[in-house]
Amino acid sequence: MTTTPLPPQGVAAREPGETAPEGAGSGRRNGLQRRASIATKKLSSPWASLIAVVIALLWTTPTIGLLVTSFRPEIDIRSTGWWTIFSNPSFTTANYEQALFGGSQSLWTDLINTIVITLPAVVIPISIALLAAYGFAWIDFKGRNFLFVAIFALQIVPIQVTLIPLLTTYVDLGINGTFWSVWLSHTMFALPLAIFLLHNFMKDIPPSLVEAARVDGAGHVKIFFRVLLPLLVPAIASFAIFQFLWVWNDLLVALTFASGLPNVRPLTVRIAELVGSRGGDWFLLSAGAFVSMIVPMLVFLFLQRYFVRGLLAGSVKG
Amino acid sequence: MRINSRRRSAAVAGGLGLVLALTACMPGDDEGTEGGGGGEAAGSEECEPFEQYGDLGGTTVSVYTSIVEPESVDQEESYDLFEQCTGATIQYEGSREFEAQLLVRIQAGNAPDIAYIPQPGLLQTIVRDNPDAMVPAPDETEANVDEFFAPSWKEYGTVDGEFYAAPLGANMKSFVWYSPQMFADAGYEIPETWDDMIALSDQIVADGGKPWCAGIESGDATGWPATDFVEDVVLRSAGEDVYDQWVSHEIPFNDPQIVEALDEVAGILKNPDYVNAGFGDVTTIATTPWTDGGFPILEGECWMHRAANFYQNQWPEGTEVAEDGDVFAFYLPSMTEGTQPVLGGGEFVAAFDDRPEVQAFQTYLSSDHWANEKAKMTEAGGWVSANSGLDVENLATDFDKLSSTILASPDAVIRFDASDLMPGAVGAGTFWTEMVNFFALDKSSQEVADAIEASWPAS
Repeated sequence: MTTTPLPPQGVAAREPGETAPEGAGSGRRNGLQRRASIATKKLSSPWASLIAVVIALLWTTPTIGLLVTSFRPEIDIRSTGWWTIFSNPSFTTANYEQALFGGSQSLWTDLINTIVITLPAVVIPISIALLAAYGFAWIDFKGRNFLFVAIFALQIVPIQVTLIPLLTTYVDLGINGTFWSVWLSHTMFALPLAIFLLHNFMKDIPPSLVEAARVDGAGHVKIFFRVLLPLLVPAIASFAIFQFLWVWNDLLVALTFASGLPNVRPLTVRIAELVGSRGGDWFLLSAGAFVSMIVPMLVFLFLQRYFVRGLLAGSVKG
Repeated sequence: MRINSRRRSAAVAGGLGLVLALTACMPGDDEGTEGGGGGEAAGSEECEPFEQYGDLGGTTVSVYTSIVEPESVDQEESYDLFEQCTGATIQYEGSREFEAQLLVRIQAGNAPDIAYIPQPGLLQTIVRDNPDAMVPAPDETEANVDEFFAPSWKEYGTVDGEFYAAPLGANMKSFVWYSPQMFADAGYEIPETWDDMIALSDQIVADGGKPWCAGIESGDATGWPATDFVEDVVLRSAGEDVYDQWVSHEIPFNDPQIVEALDEVAGILKNPDYVNAGFGDVTTIATTPWTDGGFPILEGECWMHRAANFYQNQWPEGTEVAEDGDVFAFYLPSMTEGTQPVLGGGEFVAAFDDRPEVQAFQTYLSSDHWANEKAKMTEAGGWVSANSGLDVENLATDFDKLSSTILASPDAVIRFDASDLMPGAVGAGTFWTEMVNFFALDKSSQEVADAIEASWPAS
């Protein structure tokens, strides 16, 4: 029982993205290395660097413009573009003050609502999808493949089609306008892709590991927690980032199910209302957008390692 | 066998654990305890008018509207007295997605108790498509409306002979904004007739200025400010009877009288000598945000900007709206002597439940009592009502008093915004987009009218 943890740790130390096939000959490895060095050479040419810099500039310019705009006085935003800041610099934090504290309820409350919505809406689908993916990958039962295809096929159902039937169901259950309806909806919409990604990743784990654990007397629960879970961390992290960004930026689901009541509405709903009944306060949007961008940006910056690695591991490989 | 049974029990245990973890997060039923005991706390004198509604302690009325902050703050404050005296709680919710979300909620069986519907056309659609959703207004509300509102307002809240919705606030759209200072310095008089206004425009051109500025960009509703201009002109050039026929499609959209009105609009807004002061040529009308359309007046570049009374709240902070201030507005003159056509708009209070507290609140909103209460709460101005029981002195600004006086004037011939009455495909569709083409692509009046007529849904 206590001897099983060893092998998974050995595997976990290896980067999932670069697992070389065990049986590969040295000649093949040389070929790989040669191609890798050619690619390195090609990619590091000055032209490629130049193009990369230009693309980076092009992609960042609108964001910078938004940031600059958010600090400009109202009358400047309305009359001239942000680039005139270079010839006529004037900055103010009034937009942020008005966006954050101008309403009857400060923007922080909505930020907390968003966090309360986002965390369970990330944790619940991942928990369920992990169990389901394990079942599909390692438990042999009748109709497994059919069921798996059926679940993934649900991915093509557009969520707009489900809004009214789902809302009707929530009204019947009496949970509309609460966090519950939002969590459940996000869970439903996330599950097909989550199960698919995690299943593909689990399938890639060598069966010998699982068999070895089984020979040592481990049951499903032990195999799941001791053998597979440590290996799955990159895949879980990558899907968690996906789901986090999606839920954080979601307006439609929250607007429909949580309603706009101040005690449940998330940041996105509030920012959509910032412009006022007749759209006159649109200059506040840049400041509001930046407040809502900060958290996902931090999450992405700190977890981007997993983002790329997990994506490759989960869906492309094999 | 052993492995099998273990496997099953493990799966069951895992599933159970998850369910337990999920149910642990269920919210408790600890809401709705406040607001119950407040019934007797408020002063008895203030509460006297509320005795007719009885004790509504512990009840809640949900209100769903398109009015969001900052305007919603005054709205909510105007319910305070009702809440204190009757003990009912008003749960207010405003959304800019109101029109779409209201239909979703009705279809899902999740309709609010009360909704403020800004378009009579939408009211009719809801009543006809969801016959059981909306409940007719109670008799007390109808009595209030008969007493305080003009018959045409009641008509807009009536569908197929049944009275559903009482008017709430009102907009008054027939205004031209100008700078009193500029007019005084140049020695111009405020025009009393349409011809005076055109003569004044020519005078300004002769003096080397550009008289008019305009902007009709408004996100996915781009074009609506121009539809208001057209409606105002139809009401003046063809008269209110033709206007009614036009709205109900008894005459086609490309009727010669409508095309003539479009030509009249083109004579001002598509005249390169007249527009677009402070922005550029005629095509900039289509791309200038409507919220900024009048700003050149503040810089002394533009003389006149036709916009509704709610444009008052669009001026940048620090702009003084007064007859001797930075900007003010005059009534868009009529074309014939002795008539005073007014283009208006407003919200209507529709109820989706007939519980006593809902009916009480509905009745309260239609009363002169609420109208005055709301006027007092709107300290910054920007709100008027067509309620004749409203004391003009309670309104915050001179401009609101002017709007209210025109709306309540016995000579006023008030017609509701046509694009809010026409079928959605036209009123919130081709009428908008064709007005954009009118300016951006320089389509002729006839072409625009023909295109809108072709899009009118067959019924």
